[in-house]
Amino acid sequence: MPKILINGKEIEFEKGMTVLQACELADVEIPRFCYHEKLSIAGNCRMCLVEMEKSPKPIASCAMPAAEGMNIKTNTPFVEKARKGVMEFLLANHPLDCPVCDQGGECDLQDQSLYYGVDKSRFVENKRDVKEKYMGPLIKTQMTRCIHCTRCIRFATEVAGVPEIGAIGRGENMEITTYLEKSMESELSANVIDLCPVGALTSKPYAFEARPWELKKTESIDVMDAVGSNIRVDTYNWEVKRILPRLNNEINEEWISDKTRYSCDGLLKQRLDVPYIKKENKLQKSSWDEAIALLVEKIQSFQPDEIAGHIGDMINMESAIGFKKLFNVFKSENLEFREKNFYVNSEEKINYIFNSSIAGIEESDLILLIGTNPRHEAAILNARIRKTFVNKKVPIFSIGDPGDLTYDYEIIGNRTDEIKKIINNEHEFTKKLLLAKKPIIIIGESALELKSGKYIFEKLKFFLIKNNLINENWNSLNILTQNASTVGLLDLKILNAETHNQFFINLKSKKFKLLYLLGSDNLDFKKDNEFVVYQGSHGDRGAELADIILPSATYTEQNGLYENLEGRLQECKKASYPIGESLEDWKIFNHIIKKLGYKDETSNFDQLRKEVLNNVSNFSNLNELPKIQEIKKNEIEADFISEEVGIRELDYYYTNSISRSSKTMSECRQIRQKTIKDGTNN
Amino acid sequence: MEENMLKKEDKIFNNLYNELGWDIENSLKRDDWKNTKDLISKGREWIINEVKTSELRGRGGAGFSTGLKWSFAPKEVGSRPHYLVINADESEPGTCKDRDILRFEPQKLIEGCLIAGYAVNAHICYIYIRGEYFNEGKRLQEAIDQAYEKKYLGKNACGSGWDFDIHIHYGAGAYICGEETALLESIEGNKGQPRLKPPFPALVGLYGCPTIVNNVETVAVVPTILRRGGKWFSSLGKPKNTGTKIFCISGNVNSPCNVEEEMGIPLKDLIEKHAGGVIGGWDNLQAVIPGGSSMPLLPKKICDTITMDFDSLIENKSGLGTAGIVVINKDQDIVKCMARIARFYKHESCGQCTPCREGSGWMWRILDRVVQRKATYSDVELLADVTKQIEGHTICAFGEGSAWPVQGLLRHFRKEVESRCRDKPLVKKKLNNPYLVDQHLLENKNA
Amino acid sequence: MSVKKVHDDQPKEFKFSTENTKRVEEILKKYPDKNKKSAVMPLLYLAQKQNENWIPLAAMKYIANFLAMPYISVYEVATFYSMYNLAPVGKNFIQVCTTTPCLLRGADKIVKLCKEKISPNENEVSKKNNSSWMEVECLGACVSAPMIQINDDYYEDLDEKSTTEILESLINNKPLKPGSFRGRKNTSPEKIENINGGKHA
Repeated sequence: MPKILINGKEIEFEKGMTVLQACELADVEIPRFCYHEKLSIAGNCRMCLVEMEKSPKPIASCAMPAAEGMNIKTNTPFVEKARKGVMEFLLANHPLDCPVCDQGGECDLQDQSLYYGVDKSRFVENKRDVKEKYMGPLIKTQMTRCIHCTRCIRFATEVAGVPEIGAIGRGENMEITTYLEKSMESELSANVIDLCPVGALTSKPYAFEARPWELKKTESIDVMDAVGSNIRVDTYNWEVKRILPRLNNEINEEWISDKTRYSCDGLLKQRLDVPYIKKENKLQKSSWDEAIALLVEKIQSFQPDEIAGHIGDMINMESAIGFKKLFNVFKSENLEFREKNFYVNSEEKINYIFNSSIAGIEESDLILLIGTNPRHEAAILNARIRKTFVNKKVPIFSIGDPGDLTYDYEIIGNRTDEIKKIINNEHEFTKKLLLAKKPIIIIGESALELKSGKYIFEKLKFFLIKNNLINENWNSLNILTQNASTVGLLDLKILNAETHNQFFINLKSKKFKLLYLLGSDNLDFKKDNEFVVYQGSHGDRGAELADIILPSATYTEQNGLYENLEGRLQECKKASYPIGESLEDWKIFNHIIKKLGYKDETSNFDQLRKEVLNNVSNFSNLNELPKIQEIKKNEIEADFISEEVGIRELDYYYTNSISRSSKTMSECRQIRQKTIKDGTNN
Repeated sequence: MEENMLKKEDKIFNNLYNELGWDIENSLKRDDWKNTKDLISKGREWIINEVKTSELRGRGGAGFSTGLKWSFAPKEVGSRPHYLVINADESEPGTCKDRDILRFEPQKLIEGCLIAGYAVNAHICYIYIRGEYFNEGKRLQEAIDQAYEKKYLGKNACGSGWDFDIHIHYGAGAYICGEETALLESIEGNKGQPRLKPPFPALVGLYGCPTIVNNVETVAVVPTILRRGGKWFSSLGKPKNTGTKIFCISGNVNSPCNVEEEMGIPLKDLIEKHAGGVIGGWDNLQAVIPGGSSMPLLPKKICDTITMDFDSLIENKSGLGTAGIVVINKDQDIVKCMARIARFYKHESCGQCTPCREGSGWMWRILDRVVQRKATYSDVELLADVTKQIEGHTICAFGEGSAWPVQGLLRHFRKEVESRCRDKPLVKKKLNNPYLVDQHLLENKNA
Repeated sequence: MSVKKVHDDQPKEFKFSTENTKRVEEILKKYPDKNKKSAVMPLLYLAQKQNENWIPLAAMKYIANFLAMPYISVYEVATFYSMYNLAPVGKNFIQVCTTTPCLLRGADKIVKLCKEKISPNENEVSKKNNSSWMEVECLGACVSAPMIQINDDYYEDLDEKSTTEILESLINNKPLKPGSFRGRKNTSPEKIENINGGKHA
């Protein structure tokens, strides 16, 4: 490996690294504003200047490729003077409004001016005054504070794939703006707030809510989709003030989707804080004793097979296993978690996870989407596809039309017939697929919902096995699940392979007399005479149908495990307390079990967690991908039906009870709908 | 008097004032396109070597060896085509030499493009003309069309076996596009913001392809150099500062003009013999900007003896730049003149990198206060600091370009500057800043 | 240069004229097929010419769609370069160079004349035969200072008298011919005796 001298210390570096990266290897911290690891190099802030031997001028370390034998110095008076000069310029037109700036306490400029700033400004001219810009309901602007690092522009263009932010004008009057101050059309837009090193772009919903040092920080997991983005939940007392991304290069890198970030105001709205009972056709406040007594009375009045349970999209694995145990007490096996009947073969783990892994997308050399819109179903995963597209121009194909995905792709058809042809080697795409070394095939729930769902999955899988595209080193078969709970619940065998469709058939034929909804708000179901129990956190669709409401905690209010779409087991941590009289799910189950007189069947949280861990198949370690398993190579018969591959439209900002309760999300949704209606998008 | 001046037969641009006609027929009479085919047939190596022998240095301001620059282009054309780009974005205050070449000697430029294009393996040449030179561009296009008619351009240009096309691309009012990478950005359809170097354009230039960028004058002298030999050119002027050069003499002289002269001519000769002398006589001279606005000015004392070439000017902490000589006599307020230059740089800064964006306006504001006699002594020191903080810290040479003239002023006319300063601030800071208000909360439509 | 303000009164639509559409095709031929974006500057210029010397938003949108560029990129370009006018200017658009070489030879007097003859403020379209003026940076004709540019043409070697004549000729709709107003041949040196005592504008 080539070597470089940094402050007299010899360091080995990888070819292609910049001087700044080499300095980091040497544990030398270089101040920077414009440089960001995940973005292209702009080299415009000039804060990272270092001294290079033989160069009369200091060099911008972020932009200079490291080379063998360079002699870099970062701690000389020459360097310090250069940086101080740059800092003075940055501060010259920067308002001294830290006390009223939301970035205060986590501001790069503030931090670095501690080292490189001078105590007194020599800039006596009038400071530049820049008009605020409108950038949508999420981003608050105070453009006078902008230091023109262009991180936001680069993020929008490169990562989000919506080149909507730019710098207009020139010289000292350059201004960052969106085109005619339009809201930014991206599911990732709010990441520019984290990227902004100063308080020019701050969070609108969080404006003046709290100071960073007052907040308790809890490292947790997001449950708005199945990606399992790593987040940090910031709370002030019991209130969740904001949600920020945590760096995890395997999953979400440094980004989170707007829904992940901003649904949190929904945690305070529409909350169910006491039990309710329907009396005289109206839900009325009640007590736990009364509600549970009524529930037990009802359960005892029905046959076990008349009782059914449906588990919602954001339920953690401990709650689910507790629910399963509760149903054992009921002696009922009628459990389901799918919102729509899509085909899933729960026999082995590779059948329902994203086997190539999210980070693995970057290695792929061909991507085929079947009946999925990753942009809406898993925005972060879509960003990874875009990254791969930008970096290596990976060819992307789709069966079905997902609309704008922020990258180019080719639609090779929108009927199941295309898939049949591909499998039977009658399609020109087959050749491309077989030539690819690391293809990725992503099957969405919309495809599995089709009558041919089983055919698509089983035949395609067998085709891939036959052609050695599912092997120890690379598994090209990927299922894109949409809900945070899905993979975990499949591992817990909530779904019985033999009774694959039974729940939906019985539900439709009105066989169930009592339906117990555990945080389930998206089940497609028409209520007649069923007695509905809703256990959940929000007064949403499920609660509307309910005869009894048992208030429970949200994902920020209880500990719990989730498996993301890759089958990676991660822990969601309790950051706050259940609101009002609401309880964590497993506690509610214990109350019911006790009331039914089965005291011995109750369990505590630790027991539940142990059981979960015992049930996870191919478990390796927490936060890691599942172990690779041996693959069953049998072919399963399935009927082919020629039909259209439609992609179910997802109301992105309104997918679950929390986001539907969020004011911020409804604003975003309104703006999105307006842009679509007006056709004002580019 | 006459014997000191460039001999008529050594002049390259004989039609600088359009006394002989600009069109191709008249140009041919002046030996343009005389034996181009033969010159090209001698091969790339020969051409580049001959240019190296001539010691021709770029006429755009930096004075980099042209032969060396050409030799940086990859020898073999790989998967990417090579481009030749001609910088005709003449915007440096005090400079208007390329304009006359475009108008009156276009065939010299066009022939030079073909030879340079061949030498660096480029089939396509873009000439980037500043947008204000609309008529000059029109004229050049006519000349290009005439060259096409004669088959000097296009397929098998001039019978050389080399296919060569020239396209004109207009700028639209941005001084910074004279910086070569900003110019390339501009051709690519972006804002003219300079790129980070390395990589240099010779390897990664226009559309990511190897590109050689040359000034108009540089390329236009090449055919004559090749015809008369590199030795002839290097015999003119001084060692390492060879050949002839078009000087633009403007400002307070009796007869401002463009004139082609030998490198190394004494500045005094240029002004007295060609430009009719300083208004009010040589003793009325205050200072001279010797190489376009970005070069530090020289006081009369240095002007008395200085010769006009790259190295002597560098010795005197200035530079030949574009050889745009701006003469300032004693009737002028020197600080006002330099403040106006600072305003120019403030207006033209691209805004990309911090020191130039924030510093150029700051320098202008301080100088403006000096002019208005509202500055304090400490402001002078501050001004010097600001120039030092810009210089060497920017992405492109614009930083130096804006800082040097102010440094020159402080170096030679510090007393003049200080004489306008007062001890203490005249106005105790009472600025017209709006109190910080959170506009987002005020404007409901945005909330 | 402060950020250009977009004109309030914007036309709804923009389309290149038939003649200009042909020109657009010619322009596109200059650049490689995959680098169509390069044509954005010439197209903006063409749109400006077609639309009475200013570029409406509709034209930017049109060009963006035509070249498959994001709106913001076209907007950036249009605001970066000083020659693109985003609000109407006069039919006689006078640009006065006031950078140092012109300043030394009396550009301020020309500005004063513009204020008197055309309109008291820059960028204000006067009723006097639809004219407007503005100060600009160096136009690259320094040895012919002071000078002004009227639409595409340079008027050089001016003094107060000639400037007055030029401005009045515009107002009377009988514009004078561009070029040197001291009767010299382009940028050639003049015989000293021809110069009337070193007087310029």
